[in-house]
Amino acid sequence: MKTPPIIRLLTSVLFFSSSVVLAQESFKIGLILPMTGQSASTGKQIEAAARLYMAQNGDTVAGRKIELIIKDDAGVPDATKRTAQELVVNEKVGVLAGFGLTPLALATAPIATQSKTPMVVMAAATSVITEASPFIVRTSFTLPQCAVAMGDWAPKNGIKRVVTLVSDYGPGIDAERFFKERMQLNSAQVIESLRVPLRNPDFAPFLQKVRDLKPDALFVFVPSGAGAAVMKQFLERGMDKAGIKLIGTGDLTDDDQLNDMGEGALGVVTSHHYSAAHPSALNKKFVEAFKKANNGLRPNFMAVGGYDGMRVIYEALKNTKGGQGGGEALLAAMKGQIFESPRGQIYIDAQTRDVVHNIYLRRVEKKDGQLYNVEFDVIKDMKDPGKTK
Amino acid sequence: MLTLLFDGVAYGMLLFILAIGLAVTLGLMNFINLAHGAFAMAGGYVTVLLMQHAGLPFLACVPLAFVFTAVAGALLEVTLYRRMYHRSHLDQVLFSIGLTFMAVAGVDYFVGSTQQLVQLPAFLKGRTEWWDGALGMGHYRLAIIGVCAVLTVVLQLLLVRTRFGAQLRASVDNQRVAAGLGIDVNKVFLVTFAVGSGLAGLGGALGAEVLGLDPVFPLKFMIYFLIVVAVGGTSSLTGPLLAALLLGIADVAGKYYIPKLGAFIVYSLMIALLMWRPQGLFARGGK
Amino acid sequence: MSSVANSLSASSKPRWWEFVLWALLLCLPALMPTHALLISEITIIALFAMSLDLVLGYSGIVSLGHAAFFGMGAYSAALFAKHIHPDPLLGLAVATAVSAVLGAVCSLGILRGSDLTRLMVTLGVALILQELANKLDFITGGADGLQGVIMGPVLGRFAFDLVGQTAAWYALCVTLVVFMLLRSVVHSPFGFSLKTIRDNPLRAQAIGIPVHSRLIAAYTLSAALAGLAGALQAQSSGFASLDVFGFDRSADVLLMLVIGGTGWLWGGIIGAVVFKVLHSLIAAWTPQYWTFWLGLFLVLLMLVGRERLIRPWTWGHRA
Repeated sequence: MKTPPIIRLLTSVLFFSSSVVLAQESFKIGLILPMTGQSASTGKQIEAAARLYMAQNGDTVAGRKIELIIKDDAGVPDATKRTAQELVVNEKVGVLAGFGLTPLALATAPIATQSKTPMVVMAAATSVITEASPFIVRTSFTLPQCAVAMGDWAPKNGIKRVVTLVSDYGPGIDAERFFKERMQLNSAQVIESLRVPLRNPDFAPFLQKVRDLKPDALFVFVPSGAGAAVMKQFLERGMDKAGIKLIGTGDLTDDDQLNDMGEGALGVVTSHHYSAAHPSALNKKFVEAFKKANNGLRPNFMAVGGYDGMRVIYEALKNTKGGQGGGEALLAAMKGQIFESPRGQIYIDAQTRDVVHNIYLRRVEKKDGQLYNVEFDVIKDMKDPGKTK
Repeated sequence: MLTLLFDGVAYGMLLFILAIGLAVTLGLMNFINLAHGAFAMAGGYVTVLLMQHAGLPFLACVPLAFVFTAVAGALLEVTLYRRMYHRSHLDQVLFSIGLTFMAVAGVDYFVGSTQQLVQLPAFLKGRTEWWDGALGMGHYRLAIIGVCAVLTVVLQLLLVRTRFGAQLRASVDNQRVAAGLGIDVNKVFLVTFAVGSGLAGLGGALGAEVLGLDPVFPLKFMIYFLIVVAVGGTSSLTGPLLAALLLGIADVAGKYYIPKLGAFIVYSLMIALLMWRPQGLFARGGK
Repeated sequence: MSSVANSLSASSKPRWWEFVLWALLLCLPALMPTHALLISEITIIALFAMSLDLVLGYSGIVSLGHAAFFGMGAYSAALFAKHIHPDPLLGLAVATAVSAVLGAVCSLGILRGSDLTRLMVTLGVALILQELANKLDFITGGADGLQGVIMGPVLGRFAFDLVGQTAAWYALCVTLVVFMLLRSVVHSPFGFSLKTIRDNPLRAQAIGIPVHSRLIAAYTLSAALAGLAGALQAQSSGFASLDVFGFDRSADVLLMLVIGGTGWLWGGIIGAVVFKVLHSLIAAWTPQYWTFWLGLFLVLLMLVGRERLIRPWTWGHRA
């Protein structure tokens, strides 16, 4: 007997409705990065890392397809905020990610809170960011971590009088403050604190001033990408010959630019959470895969922040079975994650939602004909000193 | 203090070479060419790319940068700029801003947005100290001052002693009459624009080490070139030269002594000067 | 009335299509709620462009630094809301007043000199303000931007929502009011004297028009309106950062005005719409290199001339 039309109609309706129920919508990640402007290299590194992670781990998690939406904010906080708002309201993203600079993250914080969307900060590094919204999780690093590590190492190695030179914005001020306090704790001195404007900095006059002050060392923090200019001026003024050592946070010897800085960069000691030369099997694989996918470009700490950020999102999705329970459940699944990253062991603190990882002291050395930051000391599982105050 | 003066003079001379093309273009063709910075950037990138990919030494690349940008300038003048001479200043500004955007994005696409680093030959990397560090002269900056001084003298000689220079000065003073006297004004424009752009390229090549080189170079430094031209006036060589030196020294000294107000000083000084003498400090009046 | 006076007054009557367009604009936030953010962004920029039109189109002053007033309005409104009172309309009034004062002061700089001089002075003022905002970071938050601006509801009833509809309507209503105001200004004797000054300052002076005081008045009004636009921006986004003073902003608004056409008020609005739509389309396709296409568009626009660009059938003809 032929199936009566009404039965056929009912079965097809049931079939379609059940397939609609079973096939969930895709999960959208809104990745807002500075792809143009001064911080464009940050955007490039993070985008490459995010795509690499997706290529290595597939684009389906817990039955949901992952859709990565990448938007450029050109490093302008207004644009970041508006883009975040559009992504949340129009595209209905499940997670906001990226944020190349502190002002960009701070501007977007209210959107995350208002819309209850988790926000994964992959690059910005000022301590106070995670306090701007309860939905912020960080996978990059904080300047106080690096500054304190250096403030401990320097006095133990014959450096008693230092001049600090930082870029005049959130992370720079953090670095300056925590370095100074740590130095004073270790009975050493910061004789002068100089601040350089963030946009279009001209280091020559500042470095001349440092030269005239004749300290034991110059401690530098500048955002990723500006390190080369500082290094150049430092060498040109003959400061290394005048006996002034160059120390700083790892942003100075950014893996992105390090190899092009020339032999003058050899011997510079920095403190940071990631070096492309980190001797772990996972890191070697990461660096090779990254180079292969990006024309020989070496990954830097921004890339690692992006890579780990994607890992945090993926794991949270798995644990909430595809994001059930909305933003708050996703956030809860992000807190407390502990895993091995190309940088070493990393833990997302459940209370502060900030990153806890090893801070390494590294020296610039030549390996296989290229310049690398070679780690020679480590402070394990460092929490952000900015929070424990 | 003396080191600062030295640095400021080096910076000023570099700015002069960079900006002189703009001054002449404005004075001669009454054309506000905001894309001048893009020519400078082109010269810098030509140098860097030739050094990195063709392995040419720095000293060979600098003249090549001049030639390349001069040719580029000539081509653009004939094809594009010539149509814009009789347009309003606003149209010229927007046209040249458009060219600049294209150049900036184009360079970003082909080369990338990181700072380009120039590897100087060893004899230019040193530093000479006199009087126990009171005057520290980087060899490279010394070279810049030398080259720019020579160029200035050459330009002045060209302007005053050659026939072309006379034709140029005549065309600047009064285009109609010059044309009426049989001077091929179009050719004068073409050559002047080409040389001006070439000088910008040369300045860019020399300046890559000192000023940094990345795709946003034109936008960053355009304001400085404009200041040199606006304050120095367009009717002589000495005007922009003095303005550039003043600007260079004020900038370096300001950032050293009062780092909090560094850039401030330059802009305020410029505005004050322009309000006092709107035609520029050294102009002969008119226009 | 003579025929001259008749034709002059006739051009000042609002035409029927203006009413239709404005009605359509006001309905947009309801018709396209997902694009409310884009709508408010375009409206604010259109207002900014209209203010620039007053000095550029009607008075002939080339300004590359109008963002100085936009930024002044933005920071004033943000600071006012943060420290004194969160009411939006009060904040608008304060910001407009502050920008007007700044405009009056700056107008003294643009009275004399050539186009290049004016370009430099306006540019310089914007740069100085940007530096000031950067240095006075205990007030402005410096490079990190001014955080913590919470706006009260408009007229006590309409709160700023996440979707952005309130902001869109707020911006549209304010812009409409300003449009009507500007209309009456440019069609008044004052407005005509401005056009005279733009066309031939020497002759204007010869027939007894007080050129300097008219220019000062026009510039001040323009600055006030630019500040108003800035205040709207700061209030809608609840945030103010150094980029409100940026050269990019001044250059973009100049470009929009030229696209739409200077010297008639709709130029600012049309230019803003075209520019933003182009930007959204191109940036979606190539976010990193959109400035290239913008530059190309500019170059072509300038070469071909705006009138011919919008009439494709004339492209083959020689000018």
